[in-house]
Amino acid sequence: MKLSLGPLQYFWPRERTLAFYREAATWPLDVIYLGETVCSKRRELGTRDWIALAEELAGEGREVVLSSLALVEAESELNAVLRMLDHGGFLIEANDLTTVQLCRERGLPFVAGPTLNVYNHRALAMLAEDGMRRWVPGVEQGEQLLADLLAACRAEGAIPPELEVIAWGRLPLSYSARCFTARALDVAKDACGFRCIEHPDGLPLATREGEPFLRINGIQVQGEETTDLGPELPALRALGVDILRLYPQTEGMRDVVAHFDLARRSPQPPPRRGAVNGYWRGQPGKPGLPAG
Amino acid sequence: MQLVCPAGNLPALRAAVDAGANAVYAGFRDQTNARAFPGLNFDEAELRAGIAYAHARSCQVYLALNTYPETARLPAWRAAVDHAAELGCDAIIAAEMAVLEHAMREHPKLARHLSVQGSATTAPALRYMHERFGISRAVLPRVLSLQQVERLCAVSPVPLEVFAFGSLCIMVEGRCQLSSYVTGASPNRHGVCSPARFVRWEEHADGQRGVRLNGLLMDRYQPGEPAAYPTVCKGRFEVGGEVFHALEEPTSLNTLALLPQLARAGVAALKIEGRQRGVAYVSAVTRTWREAIDRHRADPAAWSPRDDWQQALAAHAEGHQTTLGPYHRAWH
Repeated sequence: MKLSLGPLQYFWPRERTLAFYREAATWPLDVIYLGETVCSKRRELGTRDWIALAEELAGEGREVVLSSLALVEAESELNAVLRMLDHGGFLIEANDLTTVQLCRERGLPFVAGPTLNVYNHRALAMLAEDGMRRWVPGVEQGEQLLADLLAACRAEGAIPPELEVIAWGRLPLSYSARCFTARALDVAKDACGFRCIEHPDGLPLATREGEPFLRINGIQVQGEETTDLGPELPALRALGVDILRLYPQTEGMRDVVAHFDLARRSPQPPPRRGAVNGYWRGQPGKPGLPAG
Repeated sequence: MQLVCPAGNLPALRAAVDAGANAVYAGFRDQTNARAFPGLNFDEAELRAGIAYAHARSCQVYLALNTYPETARLPAWRAAVDHAAELGCDAIIAAEMAVLEHAMREHPKLARHLSVQGSATTAPALRYMHERFGISRAVLPRVLSLQQVERLCAVSPVPLEVFAFGSLCIMVEGRCQLSSYVTGASPNRHGVCSPARFVRWEEHADGQRGVRLNGLLMDRYQPGEPAAYPTVCKGRFEVGGEVFHALEEPTSLNTLALLPQLARAGVAALKIEGRQRGVAYVSAVTRTWREAIDRHRADPAAWSPRDDWQQALAAHAEGHQTTLGPYHRAWH
């Protein structure tokens, strides 16, 4: 089983980002996803910088994938996607049909990212025709849904694509045109001052009873809990999962990678380190809530 | 511009037709559509009657089949498409690739509209749906600014429909898991957002009221303070030591003032949200927009949004507040 470092969802200063990836290059990772997937205004690293970093890491023998925006609206955002495609040297993670179509028109292979809505085997088969080489299921896809989908895929004689599952990190739950960080700080989105850089793990949102609930991350909303599918490793193996995706956080990523590296080489599942991912069990995504 | 109005049940459908809708949209009474609420939607006999009523008055009927079936439930969605074709619907509104594929293969003459749940916000995304599934119209997500809508109208391979009025989803439609994070039930899979069976109101001794979604506190109200339905995005939460509507206030989208710009941009159809609303809403909102569109068509130069139209719309808006929403840059 391979380990991947998912795209950085937060906005960090340039030097911190570069230092993080310089260190990550020494970790036992097989695949590294690079690029801005949340907000095109975040330019501590522009598309050219991400490509330069990709070339550097690829030069050190890592498989590098360039991740694209989940919400593409403006011409400038479209152009950022096109710049990645025009480079031609890296596999692209398509997080929107925009990028799927642009890859399809150019005959380029792509990774279907978690914000593409793939809920059944037919959708997966059509994306495979379009050039999909790997699939990262969306957050709602639990063990049972994946098992059904893959079984149907095989029953139709298709070989499922490489399967990558979000195994560690806060789950991306929604995207908006509105910037919730700007709203919380009472600044206009067009004059946001890139204040999300002050919240390198997102801005915590709690209920009025003080229960931690969500993380605000620009135009994205995440679940509060750092989810951990480590203890589900036997089930992940049985499903045929090829890659475990670990989302970057400010603290402790080296240990997280080491933890999963040990786990993937052990017959026994590792002890729980993060929170339960309710979706995986067909329950509410937030752990601890009744299943209805 | 066409006026496309919500029909949550047969009386609402008749009200929309009578008030001047060019098309109504409806759903079956199951999870194949994104308003799978108890007591809402159509069984076969009702839809047959509704289609007959609408067609007799030159009004079209679109059927929303806009949720995302998993593999195990795909046969039910395919059957719903077959059903829509048999009943003589004028179009289906769908988002999911396998549903669109089935419709295209089995019922090529049944028009396919891309649902707002399809999250298509760019020309390439629209091209994908057009080339792949032969869609003949697309409904745009409520995330684009007016300028972006205008630009998209110029480059889209298919005519575009935009939301004109009604409750405002602030997240990209088809890309929001806030409901399933709390309840397990999602708009994409189950056709519901923050379903009522998970909602619990609690009265406190001091007169305050709290509202919970699957046990999680979404908001708390002072005595007499108007309360909103507790979808996660419209709750009040604490961020950075302050309690406020951290995602969005309970408010409705109202684009009446933008009607001339939308017409000039070449928008093909204006959509009214609200299949969960009653006859009074459907009737008043449809009539108001009908008159506004007709007046504009008759004399674009002299048109301006009339106060009585705005008042009629505000009276039916969620929280009696309206916004231009994402069409207006300042909203973002």
